[in-house]
Amino acid sequence: MFNNEINMSVNIAGVEWKNPVTTASGTFGSGIEYSDFVDLNALGAVTTKGVSNVPWEGNQTPRIAETTSGMLNAIGLQNPGVDVFIERDLAFLKEFDTNIIVNVCGRTERDYCEVVEKLADNDVDMLEINISCPNVSEGGITFGQNCDSVESITKAVKKYAKQPIIMKLSPNVSNIGDIARAAEAGGADAVSLINTLTGSKIDIHRRKFELANKTGGLSGPAIKPIAIRMVYEVAKAVNIPIIGMGGIMNAEDAIEFILAGASAVAVGTANFTNQRATLEVIAGIYDYMKKYNVKDINELIGCVE
Amino acid sequence: MNNRRNVEIVDIKQLSSDVFSMWVKDEEIASNGKPGQFASLYCNNETRLLPRPISICEINKDEGLVRFVYRVVGKGTKEFSELKVSDRINILGPIGDGFNLEGKNVLVVGGGIGIPPLLELSKHLDGKKHIILGYRDEVFLDDEFKQYGDVYVSTEDGSSGTKGNVIDAIVANKLLEDNEIDMIFACGPTPMLRGLKDFANKNGIKAQISLEERMACGVGACLSCVCKTKEKDHHTHVHNTRICKEGPVFYANEVEI
Ligand SMILES: Cc1cc2nc3c(=O)[nH]c(=O)nc-3n(C[C@H](O)[C@H](O)[C@H](O)COP(=O)(O)OP(=O)(O)OC[C@H]3O[C@@H](n4cnc5c(N)ncnc54)[C@H](O)[C@@H]3O)c2cc1C
Ligand SMILES: Cc1cc2nc3c(=O)[nH]c(=O)nc-3n(C[C@H](O)[C@H](O)[C@H](O)COP(=O)(O)O)c2cc1C
Ligand code: FES
Repeated sequence: MFNNEINMSVNIAGVEWKNPVTTASGTFGSGIEYSDFVDLNALGAVTTKGVSNVPWEGNQTPRIAETTSGMLNAIGLQNPGVDVFIERDLAFLKEFDTNIIVNVCGRTERDYCEVVEKLADNDVDMLEINISCPNVSEGGITFGQNCDSVESITKAVKKYAKQPIIMKLSPNVSNIGDIARAAEAGGADAVSLINTLTGSKIDIHRRKFELANKTGGLSGPAIKPIAIRMVYEVAKAVNIPIIGMGGIMNAEDAIEFILAGASAVAVGTANFTNQRATLEVIAGIYDYMKKYNVKDINELIGCVE
Repeated sequence: MNNRRNVEIVDIKQLSSDVFSMWVKDEEIASNGKPGQFASLYCNNETRLLPRPISICEINKDEGLVRFVYRVVGKGTKEFSELKVSDRINILGPIGDGFNLEGKNVLVVGGGIGIPPLLELSKHLDGKKHIILGYRDEVFLDDEFKQYGDVYVSTEDGSSGTKGNVIDAIVANKLLEDNEIDMIFACGPTPMLRGLKDFANKNGIKAQISLEERMACGVGACLSCVCKTKEKDHHTHVHNTRICKEGPVFYANEVEI
């Protein structure tokens, strides 16, 4: 399908991706369910659902609510724990010719380090450290909201990691550039943004919150303008690569992120609307490059004027 | 499962003040769909991102047609109610694990908008079928069940059948006294399912119930649609299970509702 004269491959912290498109954590499981629809070999990388040291039950239901051009989720990082993950999900993913990015979550610094250490000698290409989940009472976002804690948790996981570390940033902060600088200072090899924005929805007929957790993380096209602005700010603040995400539904959205300064992009909520969204984004980026005679995707990164 | 498809609507009718019936042309569900499975229906309005899970109400295998019967409760189902013949809609399915066809003398129990999936089920069950349909007031689909078994209706306002709920109708018609019931199949609102689970346990009868939860992916990846389980789930490794994948039908005693 793709003409060899057009280069779509990017290098993210020393890892070669065949194209700049991955999945946003939590929207694609570990790829098993989506492999019915998507040839995982076609993706630049697969980013998994958050994995913790022990199994997590997650929050009460309802865990999601739809909003105009968006959705709220408060899954609460339910996952089977790193041991089951390695045995089952990683074993499955290893069969594909794509990069594997494991998203890591925890309640304490120790939790994160334990997962990172267990993954260190496994066939994993990159680790994404989620310090931005708004849906758990301990850990998650609490690490991601001030510069000191971002720097110190980045340093801590770097001690155990054998793979490049991507710090996943929260948009629920007053200055995302400062947070990104703190991650870079702590030794992060890349950053990804944005995670969801904390929001809420009320059912006026029942006079109750729509989510059992009351608040949840807003994702989807509704948050894209904020994500674009933040990627642009972070691109100016740091010298490490950025994986951009937040409301990417199609290739045009993805290209906006790349022009704003993202070296790669992740497709999240769009997978729920269209199981093949990732593939359509890849094909659409290629068409755009052909149309504007762009020979190398790297020429586009951050070139907005 | 196959990719999402853009299918044509071949028939759409209003069954009651807020319930609609729609037939679409879809070979995939028509040849592979089973009673109790459902489909994800996507809105044409792009500001609504998430699929609406709607049960398979009926299948016409020969003509490659699938029927959905749905109640207008919000913006998505309102949009579906305004579709016309030859309009198109995106669907994905068949999804989930449906009813196990078992039992020689069974109760098929539906409440409100939980009634539609029981129509295809009733077609496929062998043995004696007692079909109990509970409504608030307006009845729909009841006539179509009559060809498959004895139909008993309950309404909360007493306008048709037994006044009260489905259990009142089962009791009033002495269905347990007069029959050796060996399985209950049920779909409906959670309070009804809870009541039936107790009722089934008290009477030592097995029950299969179809559950509802909000869904985002509809394919087992996002973990939004979970239900608490008695035992640790084989997939999630915690005490909850995915309704869109392992369900929507469960044995009543496997799940906490
Ligand atoms: C497995 C399954 C089978 C179903 N089968 C049928 C059926 O055959 N006929 C029928 O009329 N209804 C059925 N439902 C319920 C149906 O999915 C909802 O009524 C519908 O999604 C409402 O959409 P809306 O846009 O009109 O409402 P809104 O309230 O505007 O919807 C907002 C969001 O909440 C979700 N939502 C709202 N109510 C429900 C609900 N009860 N269950 C799950 N998600 C909900 C919607 O999908 C949407 O994402 C089924 C639900 C499930 C889980
Ligand atoms: C249902 C759901 C689950 C998510 N789970 C995780 C998670 O486990 N870890 C994480 O870092 N981000 C998680 N996210 C955030 C996404 O990865 C992404 O940052 C965010 O949704 C914005 O992208 P989008 O608008 O394309 O979905 C989740 C998002 C959704 C909608
Ligand atoms: S709806 Fe996503 S797991 Fe069931």
